[in-house]
Amino acid sequence: MKKLLSLLVGLTLIALATPAAAVLRVDITRGNVDPLPIAVPDFAGKAAELTQDGSTEEIGRNIAAVITNNLARSGLFRPVDPKAFIRIKEVPGGRPGFGNWRAIGAQALVTGQVQLQNDGRIRVEYRLWDVLGESQMSGLQYYSAPRTWRQIAHMISDAIYKRLTGEDGYFNTRIVYISESGPNQKRIKRLALMDQDGYNHRFLTDGKDLVLTPRFSPNMQEITYLAYYNDRPRVYLYNIDSGKQEVLGDFPGMTFAPRFSPDGNKVIMSLAQRGNSDIYEMDLRTRRSTRLTFDPNIDTSPSYSPDSRQIVFNSDRGGTRQLYTMDADGKNVKRISFGQGRYSTPVWSPRGDLIAFTKQANGRFYIGVLKPDGKGERLLSESYLDEGPTWSPNGRVLIFFRQAPYDRYGRGGGSSLWSVDLTGYNLRRVVTPLDASDPAWSPLIQ
Amino acid sequence: MLHRSLALKMIVMGAAALLIAACANTQKAKEPEVQQQAAPAPTPPAPPVETGPTPGTQEHLNKVAGDRVFFDFDKYDIRPDQEATLRAQAQWLQSYPSVNVTVEGHCDERGTREYNLALGERRANATKNFLVALGVDAARIETISYGKERPAVLGSDEEAWAQNRRGVMVVK
Repeated sequence: MKKLLSLLVGLTLIALATPAAAVLRVDITRGNVDPLPIAVPDFAGKAAELTQDGSTEEIGRNIAAVITNNLARSGLFRPVDPKAFIRIKEVPGGRPGFGNWRAIGAQALVTGQVQLQNDGRIRVEYRLWDVLGESQMSGLQYYSAPRTWRQIAHMISDAIYKRLTGEDGYFNTRIVYISESGPNQKRIKRLALMDQDGYNHRFLTDGKDLVLTPRFSPNMQEITYLAYYNDRPRVYLYNIDSGKQEVLGDFPGMTFAPRFSPDGNKVIMSLAQRGNSDIYEMDLRTRRSTRLTFDPNIDTSPSYSPDSRQIVFNSDRGGTRQLYTMDADGKNVKRISFGQGRYSTPVWSPRGDLIAFTKQANGRFYIGVLKPDGKGERLLSESYLDEGPTWSPNGRVLIFFRQAPYDRYGRGGGSSLWSVDLTGYNLRRVVTPLDASDPAWSPLIQ
Repeated sequence: MLHRSLALKMIVMGAAALLIAACANTQKAKEPEVQQQAAPAPTPPAPPVETGPTPGTQEHLNKVAGDRVFFDFDKYDIRPDQEATLRAQAQWLQSYPSVNVTVEGHCDERGTREYNLALGERRANATKNFLVALGVDAARIETISYGKERPAVLGSDEEAWAQNRRGVMVVK
């Protein structure tokens, strides 16, 4: 990934119009009540300019399609049907005829072009326009190898999102998850990695051994997960570039529920000894582990606050599964969930303001959020079994997995990934090649 | 005298000839005779009788004690109605001191994955502890939790869940 990014040289601002009169603004705190109509015509290119990934004309068309798809799935934008603007011709790099775009109802417009450079790279530029205000809102250019066009499209999507919402996007990101296949009694589970929109999908393990609960390191070079190699459930590290795997500490009992610290120097996890699970922190540099909880009940699913000062975790010390916070050294334990039902899988938002969780009540499962002090609980999804939320890096969207019930003959069932806005709107299936569970969202690729 | 000796000679020769002929005859007739003798009315051997599983095997454990005990929802304490199975398992283990086992802890699907791994660990250990309390050497019993990863019974209903909340003894 680093290599790929290093190809993206020269990221320059194209002459920005004065942002004094920023008419266009998308409020992302209120749900997608009124998504912004935006037009994304194909980026201009030439059919005769050939690269190994197609002509610049094809790449331009593909980039526009990826951007359109990203913006639509966010729920904050409503891309205008390309059929409406097929006859509108703009001069590449020029000022658009705003009247034409107003006429088809677009309030924002994205134009761009792709050019082949002498050194074999492509130059991609885009401009974001406020159609009603008839002004340019942002514009950037990118130089890169033609095969990185998809990542460029995600970067442009993030730039548009940021300019219009005021917050970082989440399109240039990846998802690591568990791909599932086979009969319910003996599921084949594999580590799988894909772009947030489902492309560039690949399997990281072969399915011979059971693997569960993967999580990204902050620099995205590593994944920590649980594997049953040799029938010994232990926490492992997987290096994405080298494919190398190593067990994390040689503990006598099962280690599970791993998660990186925000600085990537530690992994926090559960260790089971004589049946009891407690939370331990391991320093990845010294490989020394420190025990943080000393309770005779189950303590698991730990997650750091983004400032690393606190840990939220799951415990049944109060009789049923509830959420607790403690200081990073294990002191000052406080229960924060008090609603009806059982709570688990707490995950601290990257913004720090909320904790997402799985809730079980009245035979149903819910994904919800509450504040770190336990107040303001809100439920965002509900089904027979919704589980395991993971945050978008900007803390605005959650992805979780949903398992359907199945009958005696194994009919039904199946697990899939879903995304939902923090507002509870815009519930969408995240498409995967096979069944899927245990998603973990990467940080924004910088 | 001479006649007699000649006659005797002839008799002897004749006898010899007969003998040779007889020999030749015997040789020719030998095979069918042997065949007849080799195919006496066969006395059928007793068919193999299966008397049950080999002692000390998984099949044997399943038959004489049962390989699994069941748990209540979200619980890991040994149910009174499951104790008989564990007593039988303990007795069986005492009878086969060279056999080592793994106890697997399992959960139904109505719990989150990580919590269920912890709960399965609890169930496996509760099962082990009960057996150890009955005198089984702890070193002979390993434990492993599969959480909700390996349901025994298909179905998303109470009957299936009850079968899936279990501790299973596996002979190594």
